[in-house]
Order: sequence, then structure tokens, then C-alpha cells
Amino acid sequence: MRHLLYLAWQYLRFNRGKALVLVGSISLVIFLPAGLYMLVEQGGEKLTARAEATPLLIGPQGSASDLTLSALYFRESTLKPIAFEEVKQVNESGFAFGIPLHLRYAVEDQPIIGTTLDYFDFRGLTVAQGRQIAMLGECVMGVNAARALGVATGDHVISTPAGAFDVAGSYPLKMLVVGILDPTGTADDEAVFVDLKTTWVISGLAHGHTDVTQSGAESGVLKREESNVVANASVLSYTEITMENIDSFHFHGNPDNFPVDAVIVVPRDRKSGILLRGRYQEQETAVQMLVPLKIIRELLDTVFVVRDYVVLAGTGVAIVAFGIMALVFALSIRLRKREIATIRKIGGARQRLLGVLSAEIVIVVAAGVGLAAVLTRVVSHFGELLVRMI
Amino acid sequence: MERDKIIRINKLRFGYRVGEFQLAVDEMCVKSHERVAITGSSGSGKTTLLNLLAGILVPDNGEVEVDGTVVSALNHEDSQDFRVLRMGLVFQEFELLEYLDVLDNILLPFRISPVLNLTDVMRQRTRDLCQEVGLGDKARRYPKHLSQGERQRVAVCRALVTQPAVILGDEPTGNLDPVNRDHVMEVLFKYSETTGAPLVIVTHDYELLDRFDRTLDIREIQNETLALPGVAISAL
Repeated sequence: MRHLLYLAWQYLRFNRGKALVLVGSISLVIFLPAGLYMLVEQGGEKLTARAEATPLLIGPQGSASDLTLSALYFRESTLKPIAFEEVKQVNESGFAFGIPLHLRYAVEDQPIIGTTLDYFDFRGLTVAQGRQIAMLGECVMGVNAARALGVATGDHVISTPAGAFDVAGSYPLKMLVVGILDPTGTADDEAVFVDLKTTWVISGLAHGHTDVTQSGAESGVLKREESNVVANASVLSYTEITMENIDSFHFHGNPDNFPVDAVIVVPRDRKSGILLRGRYQEQETAVQMLVPLKIIRELLDTVFVVRDYVVLAGTGVAIVAFGIMALVFALSIRLRKREIATIRKIGGARQRLLGVLSAEIVIVVAAGVGLAAVLTRVVSHFGELLVRMI
Repeated sequence: MERDKIIRINKLRFGYRVGEFQLAVDEMCVKSHERVAITGSSGSGKTTLLNLLAGILVPDNGEVEVDGTVVSALNHEDSQDFRVLRMGLVFQEFELLEYLDVLDNILLPFRISPVLNLTDVMRQRTRDLCQEVGLGDKARRYPKHLSQGERQRVAVCRALVTQPAVILGDEPTGNLDPVNRDHVMEVLFKYSETTGAPLVIVTHDYELLDRFDRTLDIREIQNETLALPGVAISAL
């Protein structure tokens, strides 16, 4: 056997260009349908798992899949925000408690998730390094987000303006990284978590500045009224929340009307969930309540149909490709007729000869299949990302 | 068969299925240590005769006996095994495998036949042969990086590495310049001399003939009536 493999290997090594093309072709025709199948299958599993772990969602009326994908996987959403009051209503219903999610901002490419500490308990997120958020302006990072931004506990990150022309839309805020979360293999690993109020600070709904009520601040005051002071642009607004200036931060307006993008609703029990859903279905409101699992399954059904067509087409291509490859091997044997004749002339056994030629095919096919398996394994890690992109 | 007659042909008749060519040799013997050149014009049957001796072709009638075995009576696989074990073949076109280096080309018989066992002794013998024919420093080169003469020396080493009882050459120096031709023939003659293996070489090179013990013209050993296709009744 070792002689067969040795001769076959020497032939393939010498004709490495041809061998690599064959190995590449075989791996591709296997990998494309198999990889896609695996990718969608695993991506579907991951998506479903996260959706299963999220009983109910409240968000603005509009695309249910948009709402689900943004709330579960922090994908950018075009939906308008809803009022924080919705969270209070859920909590006051007695059927469930609500976890608000503010999903508008980012630090570079990592989404900033404004929420409450309940979110960490709900998702089972634990701090690997440092500590949990304790005050405004602090953040904890998902492990991948920390890696992507190159930050560790004690470093600072700055929220990124929503766009070049977003002069009044958001206020870049320098935030202290107080902790790095344990990896979970979910979208949480990619996120920068802050307290909900911190995202309101970024949006300008809350802010801090030098105290204009003090007598030393006259140069910055335009007008003083009984309960209101109008300041000019020289008054310094803080871009970082510290122990020294935190007391100067205050809200303008009623927090109940402040925006959240989605609310994760955690019912006390199954019955409470059903009652709550009924209540939202009956009402004509600007918000919708949905079951993420149902939305994800609908989404995956579409993806699976596309996948099945692609796999079917890929299988057809694979059959044709293997036919062509069989032809290539047959032609190759014909081209080596003289070599085969020489081996026979000097007394080479027919079985050995067949063995060498078969070993060449086996090595090429095995390498192709092996490479396809490796590629499939590699891309399977990106399954969730792919399905989210679709 | 007498002990010293390594090759013996008895009433051999052969014709290809297509065409009218016929070969008829009533008797032919080659003894141990004997160096025989077979000459003749193109198409006269020299290579056919060599292939019959090697068992590559099977006669229609008669016997071919080599080293005590009637090769013409062996089945195809046994004939292959006998050839790789007991015969060394050298061809005009060298017939080296382009994807094997010098050492592997020489060791090829061990890898393509289950009846030969590739041992360390054989590997050492291969290296020694390489040294002997002046290829010691080119043992890891591929045929395309060798000269014509060097390639033929590799082919000769491949024929000798199994220590055959008989050496058959089909114009082995036909593509070589005089210097390389002499070098190759020297190696073959030396092996024959050392081991007693008879050497049967088909050649067109008349300059070489006086170095052989005997020269056989194919026309002389073939039945005269072969001029009449299909009939063969002669004796040597």
C-alpha cells in the first residue's frame, strides 16, 4: 500500500498545478452546497436559540423582522423609537417586567446598548474583568467589542456621531470602560453596554454644564428669570461624566417621553404572557408586541427555501463537475498510456498499476473533501452573521 | 535445457493479428555470459523477437525458455512477475517516469510489483549503482534535468537493480552520442561479465558489433519462406 501511495503522491506532487486545480474544484463543488446548508442550519439554530430566550418584544409599529433583528441582534433599525412610558406600563401591568433597549448609537462599529441592569441578569451576562456599570457615563463591553476597539478596563471610549451632518443629533460622550463581559457567542459579545440614561445623555436629552446659577457665572448668562436661566455658548457642556460633575447632569423634559427602541418583555408566567399579548392586540396603539421566535421562524422559513434551491442547484453542479472530473482522470490516463505501457513492460503488476491510479484519485478526492470540510467548519462560525445579514 | 543455456527458443512462430508479418525461429540459444547483438533492417522483427523473449508477446506456436522457465507458457500475471524478477529491460527511449527522481526511477520495479521487496539493502544497491554510472550527485534530479546519456544510464540502473538473470536491450544506445553509448554499453557488459547474465541487444550500430560475442541477423535466423506470408518452415 505504501508504494501505491508513494507513487501516487509523487505524481501529484510533480503535477501539483493540475492536482491543486482538481482539489480546489472538488472542494468547491462540495463546499458550496454543504457549506451553505451548514451555514444556514447553524445560523438558524443560533438565531432560534436567542429568539427562544426572548419571550416577547414591544416596539414601534412597522416591520416586525426589523424590530426583532434590532432588539435581538442589535442590527440597525429604521423604525422610530417609542416612549419610555411603555416600559412603565408593562411593569405596572403586573403580568411582566420590561427591559428597555436604546439602540441608536455606536462606538465606531460596535453598537451602544442603553439598558438596565435587568438585561444582564436576563441574558445571564457576567463580568469577566472589572465591575458592572454603577453610574452614568460608564460602560461594560462585550468581549469582541473590547477586542475590536482595543480597550481594556479603565480605558475610555467615545460615542460616534450618527453621521457627519448630525451636528445636533447626538453628543459624543467619553465613557469609562469599567468591565469586560464573559463571552457568550451571541450579539452581546459585540456590544457596548451603558445605562439607558447614558444614551439619553448622548442624545442630548440630559446634559451637564457649569453651574450658571452661581454668582461667578454671570459672563455666561444671557437672561435670568424666576425659574429659568438662559445661558450663552460660553457655558461649558461636559463631554465626560465624572464623580466631580455628575451632579450637574440633569434631564430636560419628562423622562416618560424619552425614547427607547424596544422593550424586552418577560412575563411572570405563560398565562401572563398570553393576557398581555391579548391586551396589545386589542389596542390601537403606536406600538406592537410580538413573539420573536415566531418572527425568526418566519424569517428562517424564507431563508430555508432559498437555501434548498441553492443546495439543489449546487448538487446539480456538483454532479456535472464530478462527471467532468471523471473525464479529466480518464483523459489523464490516456495521456499516460506510454508510462503505463512502460510499467507493464518492465513487469509491473496490473493490480499495482490500478492501485497507483486509484490512489491518485483517492488522494485528490480526499483532499478536496477534506478542504471542503475545513471550509464548511470555518464558515459555520459565521452562520448567525450571515442569516442576520440576509 | 542445458544449464548454461539461459535463453532457448524452440520452433517459435508468431504473427500479429493485423498485417502479414510473420516471425519464425526454429532454434536459438544464448548461453550464460554470452553477449549477443541482433541486427536487421527496420520492420524485420528484431523488437518483436525481443518482446517474445521478454514474455511481453506470446508466440502462436513454439517455446521460449528463459532461465529455466518456459515464459511462453506462463499466464499474463506470472509472466509479468517473472519479467520483473529475472529480466532487465532497456529501451531506446529510456522510458523514465518524469515525476520520479533518479533514485525513484531506478527503484520503480520494487514499487510496481509485489514480488519484489524494497529493503535497505536494495536502496543501498541503488545508491551504489548511481555512483557506479556517475550519477551519484544527481540522484535527486528529475529526468528533465538530465542529459540523454544520463537518462539512459538511469534506465540501465533500473534494469540492473533487481539483479536480473537476463538483460534485454532494444536499441539502448540508439539515441546516444558515441561517448555516452560506450559508457552505457560498458555498464551492461560489466554486469554481464560479473553476474554471467546473458546480454541480448537489438542494435543498428555496426561500430558496436565487434564488442559482442555473436551477432545474429534477424534474416538469418528467420525462416526463408517467410517471404510467403503465413508460411514458416525453416531451421536455423
